[in-house]
Amino acid sequence: MKELFQLFISFGKVGTFVLGGGYAMLPMIRHEVLVARKWIKEQELLDLVAVSQALPGAFAVNLAIIIGKRRAGFPGALAATLGMVLPAFFSILLLMALLRTVRDNIYVVGALTGIKAVSVALILVTIFQLAQTLRLKVFGWVIALLSFGLIVFLKFNAILVLVGSGAAGFLLYFWTGRKERGDR
Amino acid sequence: MIALLKLFLIFFRIGLFSFGGGYAMLPLIYQSIQEFNLMDEEEFSNLVALSQVTPGPIAINAATYVGFQYAGIAGATVATIGVVAPSFILALLVLHFFVRFQESRGLQSVLGGIRPATIGLIGSAAVFLGQQGFWLDQQISWPAIALAGIATLMYGRFKINPILLTLAAGAAGAFLIR
Repeated sequence: MKELFQLFISFGKVGTFVLGGGYAMLPMIRHEVLVARKWIKEQELLDLVAVSQALPGAFAVNLAIIIGKRRAGFPGALAATLGMVLPAFFSILLLMALLRTVRDNIYVVGALTGIKAVSVALILVTIFQLAQTLRLKVFGWVIALLSFGLIVFLKFNAILVLVGSGAAGFLLYFWTGRKERGDR
Repeated sequence: MIALLKLFLIFFRIGLFSFGGGYAMLPLIYQSIQEFNLMDEEEFSNLVALSQVTPGPIAINAATYVGFQYAGIAGATVATIGVVAPSFILALLVLHFFVRFQESRGLQSVLGGIRPATIGLIGSAAVFLGQQGFWLDQQISWPAIALAGIATLMYGRFKINPILLTLAAGAAGAFLIR
């Protein structure tokens, strides 16, 4: 019981104090589970991060579920997830309630527009960094540009684009693999 | 009841197919919102702006927000559970296999196709937000474009904390963008 409470509190701290979510949360998660609590070791964390990235869903939530499960099984996963999710849940409800009362205020509209504009900037930089990290080759660039064009200009369903890209990745591997193995 | 079940399924599908982090989820969420007529474009872009300055993953913020708009507290709860459920099920049931097959070249090759696609998805999110953030009352907003330009430089070149930049842009926008 104490362990579950600690899981809830540790991930609750991360869920409360890191704005924005995603990889920004990793340093604080690392601090909580590795420095403050010594729940897992560095190498283990790296492995779990890799698994969390490969699984669908929000990265930080995946990591919470997996670490919670490691520590205390299903109840542990539940406690860590609640810790991660509840602050986000309540803060957005609170902000929505606030926004409803002032939504036509020119200062509020200006502030929201400013945040949207800067979000575009942050996203563009993220794309640039991601493209560098992934070290895209021809195949990667084709997939990236094709996905962009299909969604933006032809209004393709994003899920179909993802499924198709995954299939293309597998086909590429299958073909090059066959060539390397010297089949037919 | 039907409305709640629908919300759950919509967000379950989003959770199941989202790869590549918060920004890459935006087109999935937006397309679902359009498909089921849950809210308009401006409202959705407000949601994205809010989720930048609230704690927690964008996916959770989005589920809570859309769910609440559509069906109150019950809707918020159901949508949030829906978006987390696939992670939960997969992490608990297949984690065991996953850790073993993670290194497998078949799985890596599938992810090798999905990862560059997420760049395209994130790009489409930038286009959508640009349509909302650079325009105000059908007129192009130069202060907003200037803010974006400054932020690109500050974040890309000088690695200024993005949250700080977002908050500063909110403050600047409140007084400069009309």
